[in-house]
Amino acid sequence: MAGSHDHVEEALPPGKSFSDRVYLPAVMRGLKLTVQKFWGTVTDRHATVQYPEVGIYDASEAERAIGHPNPRYRGEHILVKDEQGREKCVACLLCMAACPALCIHIEPEPTPPEWGDRERRPKVFEIDMLRCIYCGYCEEACPCDAIRLTPKFYTPTTSRTERVYDKERLLENNPAAQVPQRPAK
Amino acid sequence: MTEYVLTPEMIGFVGTVLKALLVIGMALQIVPGCIYFERKIAAYVQHRLGPNRVNFTIGTLRYLMPESMRDSIPEGLARVKLIPGSLQPLADAIKLAFKEEVIPEKADKLLYNLGPALAFIPVGTALCFLPFGATLVVPDMVIGGVEVQRTAIEMSVSNVVPGMLMLLAVSSLGVYGIACGGWGSGSKYPLMGAIRAAAQMVSYEVPLGIAFLIALASVGSLDGQEIVRNQAETNGGVLGWLIFRQPLAALIFLVAMFAENNRLPFDLPEAEPELVGGYHTEYTGLKFAIFFLGEYCAMILMCGLFTTLFLGGWSFGPFEATQFGPVSLGGWITPEGGIINTLLSIVVFSTKLLLVLLLQLWIRWTLPRFRYDQLMDLGWKVLTPLALGNLAITAILITKFPNFTFFA
Repeated sequence: MAGSHDHVEEALPPGKSFSDRVYLPAVMRGLKLTVQKFWGTVTDRHATVQYPEVGIYDASEAERAIGHPNPRYRGEHILVKDEQGREKCVACLLCMAACPALCIHIEPEPTPPEWGDRERRPKVFEIDMLRCIYCGYCEEACPCDAIRLTPKFYTPTTSRTERVYDKERLLENNPAAQVPQRPAK
Repeated sequence: MTEYVLTPEMIGFVGTVLKALLVIGMALQIVPGCIYFERKIAAYVQHRLGPNRVNFTIGTLRYLMPESMRDSIPEGLARVKLIPGSLQPLADAIKLAFKEEVIPEKADKLLYNLGPALAFIPVGTALCFLPFGATLVVPDMVIGGVEVQRTAIEMSVSNVVPGMLMLLAVSSLGVYGIACGGWGSGSKYPLMGAIRAAAQMVSYEVPLGIAFLIALASVGSLDGQEIVRNQAETNGGVLGWLIFRQPLAALIFLVAMFAENNRLPFDLPEAEPELVGGYHTEYTGLKFAIFFLGEYCAMILMCGLFTTLFLGGWSFGPFEATQFGPVSLGGWITPEGGIINTLLSIVVFSTKLLLVLLLQLWIRWTLPRFRYDQLMDLGWKVLTPLALGNLAITAILITKFPNFTFFA
């Protein structure tokens, strides 16, 4: 570190030395760099994911890609299930209260008596994905870790009503399944 | 004995038409490839993949096969792409052809419509003077009762003797198209782009012309074919190329060439962040396409000129040094003046041209754009004095040491 610092002090300021004024050594360095980048793309890594055919979570493609999708990306919600496959949600309505976009709609109902561990569960749990601003406040408000935001973002639909997700869809909202499969010809 | 006689004039006329078709065809063929490779190189330098969707696949070849054999290609193999994205320029051209033609209300209609044509015509004309191959000699012969008289066909569309001078003169007219387009658009950004283009092209014409002069003075001829022959015969082949005899002039020519073509790092006339699209901002559809075409043809022209002047044109180094033939590519492959010799020399010329073109693309994705004052400083305060000094030294060397072939 110290050595390189001394070197900087001895040298002329940038742009004043002869080689900088001639400009050609810098051009040559630049050309070398671009060739290295070019060859790097040819042989090894590139940032492009061949998206509709290959998902961004496809392992082999992700290794080649320079940027991985961040697991903390705030995309669509998922309702978390407990060990017995039931929704964890206790219909406390805290997420509904925390939501600044008022996109969550919950109608609670009493749990069946055999559940035993909680009194309420959501009869209706709807999120309007068109209103949602993906702020993640619902995730923070939830005391049971029942709602989470996933990195899933690829969700085209053909109508607005389809954008209102019901409970069943939210429970099965698996981010790994977001790659659309092209119909075989 | 024979009824018909093909005189050299007749053969020359047919040859000229064929050569014109060849040159224009080649230039227009190189343009889409050039666009494709430009986009690919851009992508790869930036860790992207570039266009890779529009192309033929192996499955496309099925349609060339008889119906019964089509199923013989397995599905996996049929999806393999042949040169991914190679049809992208074609797709772009089709898109441009079907675009609505919008003419701005305030446009000067005459100049607006004239602009693209004026930008393309000089370039196309200048391509005529480029020597692209070794002389083809049609021998005396009789074919099917037709007597053919011996004719030497020079491999440039027009072989006027001051061809290089004509080339420089005509190619400089391209700035009129840009100026017309910029002024005729009746909009401020194109006007500024056109002013920049005019100032830049006129400024860089000076070092370009002087570097040109240095090359011509070293060779002592204005004839393109003579320039190539001289380079092939001097210093035993490769070392006779003017890039080794006049490296500084070659460098000046190269830099000025970028500025003449409005290529990065000197693409101020089209500086997107400042001027939207420069002089062609208001152009749509095919008029824009013609501007684009003219620009790329100008690149090809300048690369061809650099090849001719400094890289030995169509001559190919190692073969010239042999005792068998002083000039032609294959003194020992084919007789000089033969058809194979000519074809090989055309291939050599095209290869060199494409390599220079590749350098242009490569530089484009390496260097950032110059500032306007830096551009003018470089042109007037650096390149012009250097070129003038080089010309003076060359002139002195030529008069004092006529046998000294290096740096003169």
